[in-house]
Amino acid sequence: MTYFILKRLIQSVFVMIAVAFLAFSLFRFVGDPITQMTGVETSIEDQERLREELGLNDPFVMQFARFTGDMLQGDFGYSYRTRQPVGEMISSRIPATLELGIVALFISLLVGIPTGVFTALRPRGFATQTILMTTLVGVSIPTFVIGIIFIFLFGVQLGWLPTFGRGGTVQIGGWESSLFTIDGWRALLLPAITLGLYQLTLTMRLVRAEMMEVLRSDYIRFGMARGVPMRSLYFKHALANTLVPVITIIGLQFGGVIAFSIVTESVFQWPGMGLLFLESIRFVDIPVMGVYLVVIAFFFVLVNLIVDLLYVAIDPRLRVKDTS
Amino acid sequence: MLKVKNLTVKFPSRFGDITAIEDVAMSIASGEIHGLVGESGAGKSTVGAAIIGLLQAPGFVADGQMTLADTDLRNLTAVEAHNMRGKRISMIFQDPQTSLNPLMRVEDQLIETIQAHEDISSKDARARAVEILEEIGIQNASERIKAYPHQFSGGMRQRVVIALALSTNPEVIIADEPTTALDVAVQSQVLDLIKELATNRKIGFMLITHDIGVIAQVADRVSVMRYGKVLESGTTAQVLGDPQHPYTQALLDSVPPLDRKIDRFRVPEEESNPSQKDVGNHAERWLLEGVMQENVGLKVENLRVEFPGVRTSLWQKPDSFTALHDISFDVKPGSILGLVGESGSGKSTLAKAITGLVNPTAGHMALGAETLPPGKLRTRIHPSRQIVQMIFQDPYSSLNPRHRISAILSEPLWLYGLVNDGGERRELARAMLDLVGMAPEDLDKYPHQFSGGQRQRIAVARALLARPRFLICDEPTSALDVSIQAEMLNLLKDLHAKFGLTILFISHNLAVVRQMSDDMVVLRNGRIEEFGRAQNVYQNPKSEYTRELLELTPVLPTTWATK
Amino acid sequence: MIAFIKRYEGLWLFTRSPAAIIAAIVALLSIMGAAFAPLIVSVNPYDLASFSLMDGLLPPMWEEFGISKFPLGTDDQGRDMVSSILYGARLSLIIGLSAMTIATVLGVGLGLAAGYYGGRFDMIVMRIADIQLALPAILTSLLIDGIARGILPSEIQQDLRVAVLTLAIALSLWVNFARTARASTFVQMQKEYVQAAIIMGQRPIRVMFVHILPNILGPLLVIMTVDLASAILLEATLSFLGIGLPADSPSLGTLIRIGMQFMLSGEWWILWIPTLFLVALVVSINILGDFLRDVFNPRLR
Repeated sequence: MTYFILKRLIQSVFVMIAVAFLAFSLFRFVGDPITQMTGVETSIEDQERLREELGLNDPFVMQFARFTGDMLQGDFGYSYRTRQPVGEMISSRIPATLELGIVALFISLLVGIPTGVFTALRPRGFATQTILMTTLVGVSIPTFVIGIIFIFLFGVQLGWLPTFGRGGTVQIGGWESSLFTIDGWRALLLPAITLGLYQLTLTMRLVRAEMMEVLRSDYIRFGMARGVPMRSLYFKHALANTLVPVITIIGLQFGGVIAFSIVTESVFQWPGMGLLFLESIRFVDIPVMGVYLVVIAFFFVLVNLIVDLLYVAIDPRLRVKDTS
Repeated sequence: MLKVKNLTVKFPSRFGDITAIEDVAMSIASGEIHGLVGESGAGKSTVGAAIIGLLQAPGFVADGQMTLADTDLRNLTAVEAHNMRGKRISMIFQDPQTSLNPLMRVEDQLIETIQAHEDISSKDARARAVEILEEIGIQNASERIKAYPHQFSGGMRQRVVIALALSTNPEVIIADEPTTALDVAVQSQVLDLIKELATNRKIGFMLITHDIGVIAQVADRVSVMRYGKVLESGTTAQVLGDPQHPYTQALLDSVPPLDRKIDRFRVPEEESNPSQKDVGNHAERWLLEGVMQENVGLKVENLRVEFPGVRTSLWQKPDSFTALHDISFDVKPGSILGLVGESGSGKSTLAKAITGLVNPTAGHMALGAETLPPGKLRTRIHPSRQIVQMIFQDPYSSLNPRHRISAILSEPLWLYGLVNDGGERRELARAMLDLVGMAPEDLDKYPHQFSGGQRQRIAVARALLARPRFLICDEPTSALDVSIQAEMLNLLKDLHAKFGLTILFISHNLAVVRQMSDDMVVLRNGRIEEFGRAQNVYQNPKSEYTRELLELTPVLPTTWATK
Repeated sequence: MIAFIKRYEGLWLFTRSPAAIIAAIVALLSIMGAAFAPLIVSVNPYDLASFSLMDGLLPPMWEEFGISKFPLGTDDQGRDMVSSILYGARLSLIIGLSAMTIATVLGVGLGLAAGYYGGRFDMIVMRIADIQLALPAILTSLLIDGIARGILPSEIQQDLRVAVLTLAIALSLWVNFARTARASTFVQMQKEYVQAAIIMGQRPIRVMFVHILPNILGPLLVIMTVDLASAILLEATLSFLGIGLPADSPSLGTLIRIGMQFMLSGEWWILWIPTLFLVALVVSINILGDFLRDVFNPRLR
């Protein structure tokens, strides 16, 4: 099993390197860093000198190595737009996005899984049909529309919840969190639900499909033939077998959450990484774009690695060798 | 004890109600094993499911009575029905792999079952579980009980399944094809176990199977079903020794005997199409043209096939798995060589090596006088591609479901440049269909419109249209009902006789191989156990393994065989 | 007639499901409307000369101040809402369909080949897919868009907008096809008709496209509808974020963005009408996709 972990680790590293390479290519080939950093007044010779100093004439591989080395040490370059270190810019925004993402994911799982189970156990009920219809519509409405609707309903018409910003935040070490104030939670609620809604419908459908499949299997039938109580069959046997493949999707879901956070942050003006990235696209701020890429990929790879390990821990078929 | 009368089960569909079983009657006394035998689609599983109340929705019991002692099984509430399951009636299924929850330890599954019916502590429940496991023959039960299902072999898994069914002390156990997925030796053991349980614990068994040999080995009474109805019923000796119903007689005629080779099976006229003489002749003449060349034999020398192992550790290089060790044998030109092997013996790997799907690690193969290039070295246009044709096991996957029969059959003709005109190809295909006993009109249909047996015939037609000299039949009848099997074997014998094909006939069924082969090879764990003229091997087996196989294959006692 | 319907199980189920029927009607109407937009409305909202600011901010005709010339009102520039949403939908559909087609061809092709050849090729394709998956769809689209912005000189940028957007969306969707096609291909490779074809000596291309492909179409068709919906949503989202199409040739997403500005000031139709249309369109496509999924999965019936 250690071999398996090792293999996965190496794969993850490989993916990270590939992404770093992509980011680096972005730096090198899209636009000219020198013209970005200097104005029209700088002479050609000065530009050349700058080029030499920054090592932009060195061979490709060397530049890439330097790039990676810098990154690993925490030096992420400077933004074209604001001239600030990209590292600082991004890290100041990470808490906002991560908190939003995790709460959204939480909501989606907390509501999605039980709903999925319910609709699988009562496939022909009226409640099920309604839920299915609703989710179908839910999947079709773009996240930003949902956000707008929420803002309209709860922010404008009813005035219950704030429609932009994070509310009250608290500093914990270097992490600026909004989870510790009522105000913060009020501001977090709408964006988190908006973000989580799409994932919720996906989770629910997946759980439903898996569970219906599992309920049809022979061992459930055999359990019934033996007189094992239905409750036990549903919630111990069936549910456990259903959740195993669902866990693997959670990794992908996390990626989705981070991606859609761009939209949600835009609608609610939530000061997170996504909003930053959006602005960087508008202004073709390459350094920020590149680093954002790497950071996102990192989170994604990390979560997937954890999910893979979890999978091995849960399914005995992967853990224990066949000793027959 | 268990009495069933006038049982009728229907399934509603968009075409109206379909009757699955009609007017079924049977009875099982305590300690008695009642066999329910029939071919696929006969409705046997439906009877079992109806009795225990687990009919697949939307099926329903339309008529009839079912009683267990004095309990009316049909008019139970859902709760009562559920309580009765396990406590009084239990059921076991065919595939032990899917019958057990892969995520739960065996002991947990056993304890849960026991506690579902009795108020008993976990400790006591475990003790009882261990007892039962030992009773059914699992050694070291107190250790093995902690294992997961996938850690047991097939036969052991089925024992675990039986243990689970036993753990609730039912009066009746319905066993739906319990040994079909098992090897011969293991099957024999499980059948013996069932017999023991019936005798010692006085449990009534309903043994559902399509294998008549199984019935002969352990059943006390037997009912024969076809198309949802019970055709004949009585004690085993009565029904199998002196069958009254023509279907039962035909069924028994189809069972291949183990002790002698018969020329052709006796089959009822209905299934096969009477051949329109002129149409088929065209194909016959065309095939005979190919016979002008001499017969071709296969020689295999020191063949070795290894597969690389799966890496599980960083520092240890994985062991490679050897599927075939040093295999050498001859298929004499124009003869039929039977290859017998159980699952895991390597017989499929051998077929794949000969047809080039698998790369042998060492060894040499020759077709006739020419060397047969191994695996990757064999080009697509090598002549052996035409000369060697294969008939596969599963009629439901060997024909492309999205192609019409005409397309499937024309492929070999244009691929090998045998017939270049589209119209001619169609004519030849129709003629070939007639030759294998199908109607020429079937040419424009799709595979799903045919039964398993018919599809196998089409597969044979496809193989023949390549004008082969060497035919590999890989378990061609294992998926077919026994009466269809008889027809198919007849067909193969006819073709072999007429066209001088050399055939490699692979099967796990000793009786079938007996009927077909001139020479025989017994394969075990990738090694040849025995090799010789079929007759000699069957009558005087030299290897212990072969002897065991022959003994354990369930057969109709010769005293019962119809004349 | 009834016998005919009963014969094809898919058709039969279709007539049993009112949702599917409604969805099909809505989808068909929307698509027809969008496709034939130039014929239906006489005015081309993208033609700068066809509207005037004087007509700006007029409400739909059933409200006070509405006129029948503009049945659903006008936006701030004076463009007719009806023409705008029809033309906008047209653009969305064109982009969506093209993106989906590219993704299908690319994904299925690679997936089939990966499943057939296995080994190295399969590994490479899967690695690329893995990397692509690490970057969710929106991200990929945004990135490609940003790159295009950086690389292409600004003159041709406007003209290539649509192409860039289509490419960006297609590249984020192909992975789904590839994975499914690959998995299905693996399953088919175990089937004996494929083995028969290989043993007989058929060419690999023929085995893949003539033998295997017809048998894996089922799940792929479902993905096609789902991805069409995704493509349309993606495009709308990108336009909403301001990254997609420019303001003078708006798609539904841009219209919604414009409309959001007027959410609080009372000109509700500029926001909600395009929204409604977009949602209706995508919902219909999704219902059809769901329906297809049930048809192709016999066990779920």
